[in-house]
Amino acid sequence: MKIRYDLKIVSKLVKENSTALDIGCGDGELLEFLKTNKKVDGRGIEISHIQVSNAIKKGLSVIHGDAEKDLLAYPDQSFEYAILSQAIQTMNHPKEIMIEMLRIAKYAIISLPNFAYYKNRLHLLLKGKMPINKIIPYQWYDTPNIHFCSIKDFKILCEELNFIIKNEIFINSNQQLDKFVLLQKYSNLFAEYGVFLITKKEFKTGDQEEFAFKKDFVLGYKPLIPNPIFKSFKKN
Amino acid sequence: MNIESSFGPFKKKYQIGKIAYLAQEKGLILSSGIEIKNFPIAYQTYGKLNQDKSNAILICHALTGDQYVANQNPVTQKDGWWNFMIGKGKAIDTDKFFVICSNILGGCMGSYGPKEINKKTSKIYGLDFPVITINDMVKAQNLLIESLGIDQLHAVIGGSTGGMQVLSWSVLYPHKVKLLIPIATSYRHSPQNIAFHEVGRQAIMLDSNWRNGNYIEENSYPSNGLSTARMTAHITYLSEIALQNKFGRDLKNKQGFLFNFNSEFEIESYLHHQGNKFIERFDPNSYLYITKAVDYFDLESDFNGNLSEAFNTIAKINKRAKFCLISFSDDWLFPPSESKKITYALISKGINVSVVAIESNNGHDSFLVKNEQLENTISGFINSN
Repeated sequence: MKIRYDLKIVSKLVKENSTALDIGCGDGELLEFLKTNKKVDGRGIEISHIQVSNAIKKGLSVIHGDAEKDLLAYPDQSFEYAILSQAIQTMNHPKEIMIEMLRIAKYAIISLPNFAYYKNRLHLLLKGKMPINKIIPYQWYDTPNIHFCSIKDFKILCEELNFIIKNEIFINSNQQLDKFVLLQKYSNLFAEYGVFLITKKEFKTGDQEEFAFKKDFVLGYKPLIPNPIFKSFKKN
Repeated sequence: MNIESSFGPFKKKYQIGKIAYLAQEKGLILSSGIEIKNFPIAYQTYGKLNQDKSNAILICHALTGDQYVANQNPVTQKDGWWNFMIGKGKAIDTDKFFVICSNILGGCMGSYGPKEINKKTSKIYGLDFPVITINDMVKAQNLLIESLGIDQLHAVIGGSTGGMQVLSWSVLYPHKVKLLIPIATSYRHSPQNIAFHEVGRQAIMLDSNWRNGNYIEENSYPSNGLSTARMTAHITYLSEIALQNKFGRDLKNKQGFLFNFNSEFEIESYLHHQGNKFIERFDPNSYLYITKAVDYFDLESDFNGNLSEAFNTIAKINKRAKFCLISFSDDWLFPPSESKKITYALISKGINVSVVAIESNNGHDSFLVKNEQLENTISGFINSN
């Protein structure tokens, strides 16, 4: 079964027999791959009605909707993974989407183009124009990408939100950079895009647990619904 | 058993096909509390039931539809109302599935309804027929399914009023359904829709030929009322774009205005045509009963204002159940926003649901018009699950 390279990387991060929500799933390419190869019970959200029908045709469960409005409908921790492939930069509220993803799932898998990739930097530096290439092929006036960031920016946001990065994979020309230690270190310069597996910080010691219960755990945003982190403690 | 029934103002008689007499031993208690016993339900089947009886699909018809979903209707002499969808090699393939469609309780195509004879008085029921609900229709369908020896349906599919029946199936018989496809429907009938129904009902009841519902006995027929009701309803089945595209402001008389009150615009003659066709096949009292049943439908208030709770049982006891909600972009009778609310309720219970709002320009009636995306969605869903 052939699958888009970046989706293949994403699929590596998903455990077998797990549950996943693919946000912006298109015609369900990743969901179908995960279902066949990893026995994943997957669901999807997609904004294009044609793509939704194509996915349903494959026997996948996909709802026609807008992630920025419809994620709210999912109960806390209803999936093991929430996946967002190459789309966070198209969202109006990327930060809130990340928070929502980790409300409804234990792990979030997010892949994003790296705006600080050296070719982008050179393009801007030497030509003085917005970079256009294979990964970001749009003119500034018709791009769906409204919230570009670099790998470094993304990591800073994760830190701010108390999300920890469990795994990160950097890609350049359909190759993983982590084979080369030096390039891994300079990922923000050499990666075309990155794929991240993130989760909420866990508090293991008794003190922290008590603290978390006593005081609402503020992540720099106002949760719309009671923070699910309490529930996960109770389970443990 | 085959029986004959009469239709329209001239009481034309037609054979209306297969009938099952249900609730012969134990009566069916209706929502109103009235018990009905040994009542007829007319139905048609297509394809063959397989050995383990796992390939049955129930089609629930809309307000004024009937059991002739995929073969020639004996009254109108036209193809079944979903002929493009159901048949050999079609989206719902009768080589693979055993398809059942029954005329709803309160209908006039052979099922128990107000034009049947009341055995107690030997007179036609008229308004003595008990008021029914969508749930009652589904309970009657369930008895029919039981009489056919089927324990679980592979799928229940229906549009509009039929979609309400699909939702009602998931609430009343959650263990008996695997796939549910409610199309162009809602969890309740909106105030605007109730308003349109009431205009239709008033048109019938204010027709002096209605005779308090006793028109058959009194050799009369509220043709004008029923026709007007149908005309109003037809406006709601289309959309502004559909009317613009189909008729525009075109005149029948190409020379220009006639300066009188005959119907001049194409849209007017279309509505008159629809109204006149309708009186030949549909019983006025039946129209009153069925529209009332649809108006009563409200899953949300059945569950104390929490729609999610309606799906609590199916979420708990039937993990294999899957929904596929289909709506149409220019349907203003049951707009996609209604289907979204059902989606949220299903998601909140962790139920497996697929949803699509298909871009359309035929309004509410889009589900009755050949549409590749609709066919592909349905066939994909029922064949891959």
